Amino acid sequence: MSRSSGIGAIAAAGRLLAPPFIFRLFGSDRATVAFLSVLVILAIVVPVLHLAFPPDSVLHLSGYTMTLIGKYLTYALLAVAVDLVWGYCGILSLGHAAFFALGGYAMGMYLMRQIGPRGVYGHPILPDFMVFLNWKELPWFWYGFDMFWFAMLMVVLVPGLLAFVFGWFAFRSRVSGVYLSIITQALTYALMLAFFRNEMGFGGNNGLTDFKDILGFPLDAPGTRVALFLASAVALAAGCLACRYITNSRAGRVVQAIRDAESRTRFLGYRVESYKLWIFTFSAMLAGIAGALYVPQVGIINPSEFQPINSIEAVIWVAVGGRGTLYGAALGAVLVNSAKTYFTAAWPELWLYALGALFVLVTLLLPRGVAGLIERLWWREGAK
Amino acid sequence: MNAVTRLRNGWRKAINGGGCGSARRIAPDVSHGTILYLEDITVSFDGFKALDALTLYIDAGELRCIIGPNGAGKTTLMDVITGKTRPDAGSAWFGQTIDLLALTEPEIAEAGIGRKFQKPTVFERHTVLENLELAAAGKRSVWGTLFSPLTPAQRERMDEVLEITRLQGRRHMPAGALSHGQKQWLEIGMLLMQDPQLLLVDEPVAGMTPQEVERTAELLTSLAGRHSVVVVEHDMDFVRAIARRITVMHEGRVLAEGRFEDVQNDPRVVEVYLGE
Repeated sequence: MSRSSGIGAIAAAGRLLAPPFIFRLFGSDRATVAFLSVLVILAIVVPVLHLAFPPDSVLHLSGYTMTLIGKYLTYALLAVAVDLVWGYCGILSLGHAAFFALGGYAMGMYLMRQIGPRGVYGHPILPDFMVFLNWKELPWFWYGFDMFWFAMLMVVLVPGLLAFVFGWFAFRSRVSGVYLSIITQALTYALMLAFFRNEMGFGGNNGLTDFKDILGFPLDAPGTRVALFLASAVALAAGCLACRYITNSRAGRVVQAIRDAESRTRFLGYRVESYKLWIFTFSAMLAGIAGALYVPQVGIINPSEFQPINSIEAVIWVAVGGRGTLYGAALGAVLVNSAKTYFTAAWPELWLYALGALFVLVTLLLPRGVAGLIERLWWREGAK
Repeated sequence: MNAVTRLRNGWRKAINGGGCGSARRIAPDVSHGTILYLEDITVSFDGFKALDALTLYIDAGELRCIIGPNGAGKTTLMDVITGKTRPDAGSAWFGQTIDLLALTEPEIAEAGIGRKFQKPTVFERHTVLENLELAAAGKRSVWGTLFSPLTPAQRERMDEVLEITRLQGRRHMPAGALSHGQKQWLEIGMLLMQDPQLLLVDEPVAGMTPQEVERTAELLTSLAGRHSVVVVEHDMDFVRAIARRITVMHEGRVLAEGRFEDVQNDPRVVEVYLGE
């Protein structure tokens, strides 16, 4: 019985930590269980290392590092959202960073309203950039964002609504394949141009920044940072579980049938457009949540988040991690972004080459990504 | 229907997802013992008559073979029955009461006419069981498939179909790993999941090994009685093995009809088809 590989051991450890219903749902899916277990361990160990050890201790984890990992976790959630539509439904969305950014902007607007009269210009209501542009009153679409619940609602509703309307037209017109990918690129590019304009009322090219606190807690306090980190971990775990529930349901098998043979599925009497529309909308909402958790941790949201390259990078994370596995996508996001952090600090000019090389190598050598490699090693060990 | 109602219906369809409903709303009335009436069906493409005043009746529970040389109009006939092609003239009734010419393709499928195409198209990455599940009659809506598992009746039907198609031992195997013959049986099984009254089967044994042909013959023969089955086939040995009655088509018309031996000895048939 040499089945107790490294991953198996992690999964076993995780069993002690996570609630049992999860294992009833995913008992046979050991990779997902292992992934969730790592996430739970991370969510415990990282805050403890940060809070319990003094800064001069070897075991201390800096706030910077913790926030960095928290940022990776939000990217991982974005990757899971991309994997749900691409890996399971075959919709190659090259515009998912737009939904991420919209969720981020909704959170940013709440954080801006929280600044209140503490801005540089000291205006009781208007954010600094509006005072600077000589605006006299708050635009209508900023109303309500002083309330946390309303902002959180918008975090999911705005990306969801955009995806629904976009998908409604695209899928009903049976736009698919590379054409759909191109118009999703156009979508995110158009949003970027729009958000760059000062007249839009979202801070133009500077975006939204100088945030002070969230729900009354200062953003730079260690406790708040830990809470945001934990929220990211919980969101990622919940996102993974929700996606896994969908992919394991009958609807999930219909969605995968659409991916493999769309017209055959339609012939069986399924309304392919509706399935695509719902999965796309749900995925956009997940991306919005990821964006909302990203913004308070990095402290800024600006139109560059809408850059077409961001959406493409998200697809590369999924390809590197292994599409159609969910946990692979999350893994890919963390791996590629760790590499990015390292490269952009050590050899900034080399990063894009490294990214390109990575993509080519993975496509050639690991067609099923890192997840495929893990599963292969696991099988080999299990077969002994 | 005004624009507003149309839009609202469009929304409802998009939101609910399912095209075909759960219970069969219309079922054929076969009280006279005949399930399909085709009378004087004419289909022409740019002046060429693919079907020329064709008249054909299929009995309930019958297993009928249709043979004929290439271009005789066999595929067009199938297309007319399933609503893919509209005839220029003639009438087509499913049982006593259902006018096929008034129904759309999905409505005809829902009324109980299933068609198996020549090329097997199963979902290769889904398991055998999942393929049957996808084909199961029942809720097709997003919510329905997301939150409600299969009913016990559907599970029972899946087991039955697995038994009929002799795929019990391979239920958890990806369909892509099946042999050509097994894929064909799985596809017939997918049709059976919807419990059709009339099954149209296009060249089921093309490319099969002799053993597979034999098993397919057994399978189709076992279906007759509960379902009416119409088979279009070129393989004469196969036709001889299964058919009680055969219909020979030629140039869009029925040339001869009857028991295999009678048709075989018909001089007109010998001339156009069996002549070699």
